[in-house]
Amino acid sequence: MSLEIIDVTKRFGSTTAVDHLTLTVPEGEMFGLLGANGAGKTTTFRMILGLLFPTEGVIRWQGEPVDYSKSHLIGYLPEERGLYPKLKVKEQLLYLGRLRGMKKADIIPEIDRWLERFHIRDYANKRVEELSKGNQQKIQFIAAVLHRPKLLILDEPFSGLDPVNVELLKEAVLDLKRNGTTIVFSSHRMEHVEELCEHVCILRRGRAVVAGALRELKRSFGKQTLVIQGNGPFEELARFPGVLQWKRTAEGVRLQIANEETAQAIFSHIAGKMTVRLFALEEPSLNDIFIEKVGAAYE
Amino acid sequence: MNKFFFVLGHTYVTKLKAKAFIITTVITCLLLIGLANIHRMIEFFVNDKQTKVAVIDRAGLFYESLAKQLDGSDVSPTKITDMENEAKQAVKEGKWDGLLVLSADADGLPKAVYYANTIADSRVPDELERALNQLKMALSAAKLGLTDKQLSKLYEPAPFAKVALEKQAKTEKELNEARTLVYILLFAMYMFVLMYGGMIATEVATEKSSRVMEILVSSVPPVQQLFGKIIGVALVSLTQFAVFFAVAFTALRTSGQEVWRFLGLNHLPASMFVYAIIFFLLGYLLYAVLFAVLGSLVSRVEDVQPAITPVMMLVVAAFMIAIFGLNIPDSSFIAAASFVPFFTPMLMFLRIGLVPVPAWEVALSLVLLVATIVLLAYAGAKVYRGGVLMYGRMNILKDMKRAVQLTKK
Repeated sequence: MSLEIIDVTKRFGSTTAVDHLTLTVPEGEMFGLLGANGAGKTTTFRMILGLLFPTEGVIRWQGEPVDYSKSHLIGYLPEERGLYPKLKVKEQLLYLGRLRGMKKADIIPEIDRWLERFHIRDYANKRVEELSKGNQQKIQFIAAVLHRPKLLILDEPFSGLDPVNVELLKEAVLDLKRNGTTIVFSSHRMEHVEELCEHVCILRRGRAVVAGALRELKRSFGKQTLVIQGNGPFEELARFPGVLQWKRTAEGVRLQIANEETAQAIFSHIAGKMTVRLFALEEPSLNDIFIEKVGAAYE
Repeated sequence: MNKFFFVLGHTYVTKLKAKAFIITTVITCLLLIGLANIHRMIEFFVNDKQTKVAVIDRAGLFYESLAKQLDGSDVSPTKITDMENEAKQAVKEGKWDGLLVLSADADGLPKAVYYANTIADSRVPDELERALNQLKMALSAAKLGLTDKQLSKLYEPAPFAKVALEKQAKTEKELNEARTLVYILLFAMYMFVLMYGGMIATEVATEKSSRVMEILVSSVPPVQQLFGKIIGVALVSLTQFAVFFAVAFTALRTSGQEVWRFLGLNHLPASMFVYAIIFFLLGYLLYAVLFAVLGSLVSRVEDVQPAITPVMMLVVAAFMIAIFGLNIPDSSFIAAASFVPFFTPMLMFLRIGLVPVPAWEVALSLVLLVATIVLLAYAGAKVYRGGVLMYGRMNILKDMKRAVQLTKK
């Protein structure tokens, strides 16, 4: 059973935060929601969780709307981090775990396991306010997954973390997915979404401008990027048939071409004429797709 | 329902363990012990030193009798024969604490002037004045040829009793006791709401400002959260009150005072105590819900105070009306006000305590009160649920509207 968002609109007074959004997140999949600040990601999440009600449309998970009777199946990492600053890490997790319907005896070993995994076992009896921001975020993450939710909503899980901790969290997220958790997460970093998700949706002012399976999106996009590094001169390639875009980089050029055959033709054309250190055909990035669909760079 | 108890337990334990709470409780307990023993402390500082007063008796008639009157007091008089100026100088130099100059008036009765470096301490002159008055009275009586018995008859107040004709009206004794109980309830409610109402609002605002609220509101239904917190704080306050009471009781007992001297409440019907508890709890709930909702609307703890001030004023108003009503419990103004749910807990109890109130009036006021609480709790849970998702500048009425809209289906 999957999470379905069917033609959902949310208006706050005269502003429309989410505009006729339709999404399906298959069971056990990782779904990435991309969007700049104010694009409607958090509002969408709050509607999925049943904290807000859609103005129009329906949201169903396992065929029913989400409410408090399902709160033990759902994990939520809000974008705005929030923990009790004065409470010790362990007490905090114990309380939040119990509110998600866990028994005390089940929570303690889970807490130990997670603290161990995130290398913060020494902090178990420290107050949250004494922890660094990165470590607080790990605690917040643990609070969201402690009860082994079936549906996990992560609002900007990697923001504000250093690269080492981003890797740590990514692995944890992938592990959860392997165990069958359906995960929806938002980010404003394209590369995180590209790396982790099978399905993506890019929101722009409450509308889905790109949505679908990532592999499909890339395949159907057609256009590809060709990177050439060397001594040039590359200027003539700008007029080469099949080249859609031409951009100079520090080491050479970056071309957008219509298809693979063009790359072949360019390769034959420059062979022996120029010194080439690198000739690489890249898959289109999510960013390329976004620019194509929206006509503006993703910010 | 389980989650309600988790919220309740969490609120109770964390509040109880908070340093500020422990410190306040300890300080108040020390204060109570101090108050219970205040007479001893004053004695300790004062009693070791008798005030030495020099007395010049110009008439040569009064000193002995006056000294007899002062026997056993803190003032020890000494008759001197110095000149007045020299004696004043001696007072300035600290040889004496004060100087009393006695003389006779035209009728041969005593009059006096007291000199001291400062007259800020009224204890000694009061003592002297009292002694002198007794002396004067005795002398006057003797002059008129009155016996001591006649004299005491003169000062005896006329017997005056009040009897209520209406059957249900309370006797004087009952009334006095009822008044005591009403006083206790009024003060308890007033203190309780002022002390702990703010605590509830702050508790909610703290959770909101630390943003932990979004997790809470996604795992616990707002009504359970709201009441878990309100009852948790109520238990904390009851615990604190119990500690205060136990400390005060023990301190009074050990300092040897009659604890129940003015609390002799044995003439009151048991129903009064039941009413006291019912009105107290309902009153607390009513105000607590209001405070919790207001706390959920502000974004920062600093904004709590201005937000809850209007409700505080409401409590103060109820208290003022009640104090005013203690003397006129049967006025129609008090009767009308006792049906206003925000005033009911104090005023209806006051009326029940002091005048006969028809059962239907009591029932009606209780129904109104409970209905208001339920209504507030229902609206409160809605505002609360939306309010915890809103951050930004504060405008209570607008925010309430927005909060409700936010959770509309």
